[in-house]
Amino acid sequence: MNDDSVTKKLMFYFPKCVCDKPIIYHLVKDYHLIVNIYRAKVTPEEEGYLVLDVTGTEEAIQDAIDFVKTFDVTVNYSGKGVVRDEERCSHCGYCVPYCPPGALKIEDRATRKVAYNESECIECLACIRICPFGACTSAF
Amino acid sequence: MKTYEQINDRIASGKAVVLTADEIMDYVDKKGLQAAAQEVDVVTTATFGPMCSSGCFLNFGHSKPKIRMSEAWVADVLVYTGLAAVDVYLGCTQLRHGDPANMYPPGEFRYGGGHVMEDLVSGKTLQLFALSYGTDCYPLREIRTYFSIDDLNQAIMVNPRNCYQNYNVAINRSDRTIHTYMGKLEPHQKNGNYCSAGQLSPLLNDPYYETIGVGTRVWLAGAHGHVYAEGTQHAGGGARTPDGVPMGGAGTLALTGDMKQMKKEFVRGVSFIGYGVSLALGIGIPIPILNEEVLRRACVRDRDILAPVVDYGVDYPQNTGNVIGHVSYEQLRTGQIQVEGKAIEVGSLSSYPKALEVANLLADEIRRGDFQLAAPMAPLRKDAKMKPLVMREKPR
Repeated sequence: MNDDSVTKKLMFYFPKCVCDKPIIYHLVKDYHLIVNIYRAKVTPEEEGYLVLDVTGTEEAIQDAIDFVKTFDVTVNYSGKGVVRDEERCSHCGYCVPYCPPGALKIEDRATRKVAYNESECIECLACIRICPFGACTSAF
Repeated sequence: MKTYEQINDRIASGKAVVLTADEIMDYVDKKGLQAAAQEVDVVTTATFGPMCSSGCFLNFGHSKPKIRMSEAWVADVLVYTGLAAVDVYLGCTQLRHGDPANMYPPGEFRYGGGHVMEDLVSGKTLQLFALSYGTDCYPLREIRTYFSIDDLNQAIMVNPRNCYQNYNVAINRSDRTIHTYMGKLEPHQKNGNYCSAGQLSPLLNDPYYETIGVGTRVWLAGAHGHVYAEGTQHAGGGARTPDGVPMGGAGTLALTGDMKQMKKEFVRGVSFIGYGVSLALGIGIPIPILNEEVLRRACVRDRDILAPVVDYGVDYPQNTGNVIGHVSYEQLRTGQIQVEGKAIEVGSLSSYPKALEVANLLADEIRRGDFQLAAPMAPLRKDAKMKPLVMREKPR
């Protein structure tokens, strides 16, 4: 891997599944990207999604995105598969031990507020089930 | 030495010196106990967390023709109607009609009594459905209508048990995941949960109930309410540290307040997967600094407060009374405790940031002269013990 490689979180949204196209294969084989899939729902005749990290050069990632867009796929760069509603969060900290990558954590011991670092979220969805206040929701 | 009257006079003139229970320790360390006791009028304490023994009385007024509700549901949540014609009591742990509960475990319990209370305070429109057997004076047999809190004559929160003085740290030593009111507990004590505002919590700052008693005015989710009785299961007589801090649940408060005056951020329905629904409440209680002793006790720190670690896998459900050990809130706040040599990751169900917000809101109200203190009419019992329910096979 080149030194100038970067990692980007992407979300592919399929209005109707293009199941017959091996898209990920092409990302790896043709664009030399390292792919880490967090979440996917790929069912024929239904809406689908794919949340993944891609690692490669900026140029290769852009080319790969252009390739993906040739299909009926919407690409979202925000990476917000799991959203935390600031208004609903009570900052109790109950979610913290259940978050495997530590994306939800108490950063400042003085304020004890729960910080949510989206880039560390692996979309396991544990927080969505666990939060008593319903503060965490999934984009899908 | 100060009296309630003197402190209230200073509040009324906008000159009261008010600090939160979070600020007072450093202030006393700096100024010294004697000087601080003369200067400071009030220390505000607070808590925000799930409190299952909460609910409210609602009065709907009379329909035309009139009905004596014998069964009723608000937003599909059953309310108690064994009262006068159009009075009901809504409890926060009541499930919504048709909720599958734990039929396919663990249940999600997305909506229930606590959420209805949150929706009421938020001003949302809710459905009332009620049935009746019909009487000569109350002929209507059925009603379905829509209302918001403004349409009600009264919406009075009446909570038989709030503000537990201290609370358990729940762990699970069994070999399966369990779902409790203390959250999801992984087997083999992989994690633990605690639930107290610690050094900010009202009764931990007044461990011997010297200023908090029946009649004390409290900040209940933004409304000016009061303590109407000792809370259910109040047990002030348990073990204490040499400083007098209870080492277990101990004291509780029964609180009441006008829901029409409440703020929605502090009345929050909560769902615990595999367990049920409840209500998280924000409560603030002012402690008048009558003398040095009261101030000294209000300077309690997380490191001075010990919480019992209890196994919710066996000991809690089987009511063995067994306590594994004690840990301080200082340890709990680090996110990890040591129990018999093993490190356990812990989380909190009670929100310290929210409690701090309440303590500051109350302090501001007192400084502005908008919140007067009320001296207790009767003290809470210091020697009360909690009795178990005896299972008898026949009447005595």
